[in-house]
Amino acid sequence: MKLVTAVVKPHKWDDVRDALETFGVAGMTVTEASGYGRQKGHTEVYRGAEYDVTLVPKIRVEIVVDDDDVADVVGIVAKAAQTGKIGDGKVWVQPVDSVLRIRTGEQGAAAL
Amino acid sequence: MRHADTAWVLVSTALVMLMTPGLALFYGGMTRAKSVLNMMMMSFSTLALVSVLWVLYGYSIAFGESDSQLIGSLDNLGFHGLNGASVLSFAAFQLMFAIITPALISGAVADRAKFLGWCVFVVAWTTLVYFPVANWVFDFGVDGALGDDAGWIVEWGVQDFAGGTAVHVNAGAAALALALVLGRRIGWRRDPMRPHNLPLVLLGAGLLWFGWFGFNAGSALAADGLAATAFVNTQAATAAAVIGWLVVEQVRDGRPTTLGAASGAVAGLVAITPACAFVSPLGALLLGVLAGAICALAVGLKWRLGYDDSLDVVGVHLVGGAFGSIALGFLSLDGGILYGGSAVLLGKQAVAVLAVGTFSFVTALVLAKLIDLTIGFRLDREDESAGIDLAEHAESGYDLTIAGVGGRTQAAAPDPVAAGVPSEAQRDEGRVPA
Repeated sequence: MKLVTAVVKPHKWDDVRDALETFGVAGMTVTEASGYGRQKGHTEVYRGAEYDVTLVPKIRVEIVVDDDDVADVVGIVAKAAQTGKIGDGKVWVQPVDSVLRIRTGEQGAAAL
Repeated sequence: MRHADTAWVLVSTALVMLMTPGLALFYGGMTRAKSVLNMMMMSFSTLALVSVLWVLYGYSIAFGESDSQLIGSLDNLGFHGLNGASVLSFAAFQLMFAIITPALISGAVADRAKFLGWCVFVVAWTTLVYFPVANWVFDFGVDGALGDDAGWIVEWGVQDFAGGTAVHVNAGAAALALALVLGRRIGWRRDPMRPHNLPLVLLGAGLLWFGWFGFNAGSALAADGLAATAFVNTQAATAAAVIGWLVVEQVRDGRPTTLGAASGAVAGLVAITPACAFVSPLGALLLGVLAGAICALAVGLKWRLGYDDSLDVVGVHLVGGAFGSIALGFLSLDGGILYGGSAVLLGKQAVAVLAVGTFSFVTALVLAKLIDLTIGFRLDREDESAGIDLAEHAESGYDLTIAGVGGRTQAAAPDPVAAGVPSEAQRDEGRVPA
């Protein structure tokens, strides 16, 4: 099993979710996040003072998927979140040792 | 005093009282979330402290009968000898002015003033500065006839209907002194320190605007045409000031902000305060739009000059109050240059602004320095970083997460058995999945 983590633009989040649900992903964890990459934020003027907004709002999506589905899920997320402009975000994959469904006690792929 | 007049003054008194909680919201929303409670407490503590002082000796020092044009007397300590609707309603009305003036100063010291230091400052400054200055501006002498026993500013012919000098220049100058003594907040200039709750700021500005009708129209001390004039001009100037401030933001920054709308309203209210009974409605519009634009530019000064006037007390109250007072030299229907008057009024207005501003600034500077050297005025760096609310009041303004602050009462310490934690033996048996 793998943990797929994606950080995407907030306005692309609905597209990502729709695409993942269509593919059959049963659940995910979503957090509002802020950060920066090459986008590096932007300059704003507020009450006469100019300053850099270095942390940009993002949505962080975490999904645990079976090994066979990893490539598909990553591709789906990337396609749905892409605008081609700077700041589209990242997707990364990490190995997962074990998963337990708390309600039933099921383990491994059965718990996904 | 006719009953109708008493009724209007008492209603106005209640309106002005509401301005201080309004100010607490206005300022509280502008701070960061970690210091909203301390900011609001500075207003609420002032409400309590000054009310007590007023009854004990404040009214007497400000308005007790005396031959002096600078100060009252000790004749009315403990409200001794004050009887009847006329004097009691005046005493109550003036108390609300004495409360909001020091409360206004608190915006300059957001996030970093020890609460005890603030309380001592309020008591000392109100006693040494506000009470005498209230005499200068608001003591109209016996039966309002002016004369040698009236305050020197009002007796000299300076026009300050509701306290442009006594309230706004006074508070603004003290605010500058406190900002200088306490120094800049950690991260000033580096961190944006944007307001954490703009709806609170707008609600507070709305309450201030509402209460200000009592402040300005109530200062007629009668339910008459003068009160109605002040009322109309207050609305006209404030509305124009909102527009003036927002136009500056639109042109300079590209976007009009809610903070600008709220600040513009206050700037207009401040500027029309001395002028509300002395200008035409068109004069009020002009005064307002200029005040909004000037204050919008003035709040940027702190970045250039390097003082941390956190919530722009100087930029709005000192600048707005001075502008409104001095503009009367041109716009007053009674002696203004645009209405056929000479420069005499203009000169007197400027002298009054300078006198009140200098007296307040110097005294506040000395008091703040003394407090800092004795009991300490500036919060520890660590407490300031973590947030003054927790450090000084053991509270936080918002507890929005399910996990709360993570605390537990001692009585509710968790029982491992009830919580289902496996015993050592069970763990050895490997019943817990890896």
